[in-house]
Amino acid sequence: MDQRNFEFMFYGFAAAWIILAGYVLLLVSRGQKIQKEIETLKRMMEDRGSK
Amino acid sequence: MKDKLLFGAGLMAALYLVRNLYVILVDLPDEAQQGAIYRIFFFHLPPYFTAVVMFLGALIASIQYLRTKDFKYDCFAVSAIEVGLAFAAMNLVTGSIWGRQQWGIWWTWDARLTSALITWLIYAGYLMLRQAIPEPTQRAKNAAVLAIFAFTAVYFTYKANEWYRTQHPGPVLTFRTGKETIDRSMQNMLFHNTGAFLLLASVMVAHRMRLERNQREVESLRRFVHAH
Repeated sequence: MDQRNFEFMFYGFAAAWIILAGYVLLLVSRGQKIQKEIETLKRMMEDRGSK
Repeated sequence: MKDKLLFGAGLMAALYLVRNLYVILVDLPDEAQQGAIYRIFFFHLPPYFTAVVMFLGALIASIQYLRTKDFKYDCFAVSAIEVGLAFAAMNLVTGSIWGRQQWGIWWTWDARLTSALITWLIYAGYLMLRQAIPEPTQRAKNAAVLAIFAFTAVYFTYKANEWYRTQHPGPVLTFRTGKETIDRSMQNMLFHNTGAFLLLASVMVAHRMRLERNQREVESLRRFVHAH
């Protein structure tokens, strides 16, 4: 492969993959947060129901 | 079952991307004038096409929501727009890096680049609008209207380098120019990478829709807990 401009090609590829990976991680962390919140709210409902 | 299907599709998309990456880096020849950097194109144009498909899906879903008032369309629209924004960001950033190397500048305010940025901002505004309206029906209605009007910006961006003289290169793909202005192997690779990104985006939308449904469950549970 021609080594001209290789550095900027690397920056471009890295930026693309970082954005993609960052968004996937964001989705995963939001999913975990929402799941935790659902469990907490359900526990609160059960506690109030048993009183 | 649905989880396995999603996982399988995600895995297929990842393998497809790895295969494409191999072809891009090893098999394809360098471009005569640009050298290696033209390969950024494979991570610039396919994300743009993917974002356009996502925004088109959101447009159709928003029209359907206004017709039927069925929340599943609203759920699809917000998911497709969020995923589309991630791919549009890839398009903007990779384009800017290519521009820095080829033009010597990171950015220029020509019609194509400016309209692409405005489109991104409009859809980011769509997500902010949703955050600002707590009532679900009102939120879905206002968001659907915005998503319908926002698509005009997508169309303008698509046509901008035909309608105006831009720093951004003009159309190169055969289906737009009507002649062979790009090597066939490079064009095929662009379509392959678009296919891989579309598959990946579909998996992301399916996952994002699940989050949206769970978020609605949280909202209704909160209301219930506060009411009792």
